[in-house]
Amino acid sequence: MKILIVDDFSTMRRIIKNLLRDLGFNNTSEADDGNTALPMLQAGDFDFLVTDWNMPGMEGIDLLRAVRADEKLANLPVLLVTAEAKKEQIVEAAQAGVNGYVVKPFNAATLKEKIEKIFERIEASQ
Amino acid sequence: MALNESILSERCLEQARGLVSSIEGGNEDQAIDHLREISRLNETKMFQEIGRLTRELHDTLVGFGTEAEISTLAENDIPDARERLSHVINVTDQAAHKTLAAVEEAIPVCKELEESASKIEHQWKRFISRDLSADEFRELSREIGGHLEISSDRYTKIKAHLNDILMAQDFQDITGQIIRRVIGLVQDVEDKLVGLIKLSGCLEDDSNKRESKPAEKVLEGPQVPGKESATALRSQDEVDDLLSSLGF
Repeated sequence: MKILIVDDFSTMRRIIKNLLRDLGFNNTSEADDGNTALPMLQAGDFDFLVTDWNMPGMEGIDLLRAVRADEKLANLPVLLVTAEAKKEQIVEAAQAGVNGYVVKPFNAATLKEKIEKIFERIEASQ
Repeated sequence: MALNESILSERCLEQARGLVSSIEGGNEDQAIDHLREISRLNETKMFQEIGRLTRELHDTLVGFGTEAEISTLAENDIPDARERLSHVINVTDQAAHKTLAAVEEAIPVCKELEESASKIEHQWKRFISRDLSADEFRELSREIGGHLEISSDRYTKIKAHLNDILMAQDFQDITGQIIRRVIGLVQDVEDKLVGLIKLSGCLEDDSNKRESKPAEKVLEGPQVPGKESATALRSQDEVDDLLSSLGF
């Protein structure tokens, strides 16, 4: 399982990377905004994308839209991990095709639960 | 304005002529009257000029939008920044205490394991060099058993504390986002002040008069206690409920 972690704060990328390692996901890469992430996703065989929303350059929501619009990436599971907590934003993310939404600050159990749920659903639909 | 000015000049000229002929004619009282009238006309001109400058200043301020924006800054933005920065202090304080608490709790656990292991190691070395009596060996076996028994539990505890320390570092992201917003506000204040200085220094320089306002920020970043948006959800549970109502 190859995972891309996108966040403009390197501390948050490290936190998520460590939590994922704890969950048994060792193969992770990092990017600091959508503009860096998108070519990595297009070039690499990532299985899962964890992204922040509010980033300079390309925001997470635009990265999500770009992923859904890309034929090769359209089915990539995407988890948004963000401090944005307004109702309209969550609705917007849902409409853009997000698979899970975690609000910062979060705890390890929440991240684990959301990731597991995403993969359960993917397995169920296959 | 030009018409007023020419009328004033004509009147001045008229009074000046009157003044000269009064002096020539030796009519002192009349000469003083003419001088007073000239002075009055001059004052009228000055007041008109002040009026014109005031109007120009007002028009420029309104055009610049400074009046309203400065008062918004003073009434809303600065107190808002103050609250946000206080929240940063709270968040960093909590993170530091969370980290210190985890360290304080983990250190005695490490010490317990260290002491237990070092005691076993000492006896084990004696056992290897056949220096241990049968009774001592039985005691060592019990100690090894006890050590193994607590190890798993203690390592789980240490791992939980390390995890707490890891999670506490999320303050950097949260406070970083808040501070970025405050930096934006400080930039705004600076721009407005520079605008004001330009205005007071040089009224006619209105090349930057209608500077575009910064675009309304849609993204709010972390919610700050007491400053929450009307539509902000308060917990992950509320987010989950909303998503499940959307079919997630």
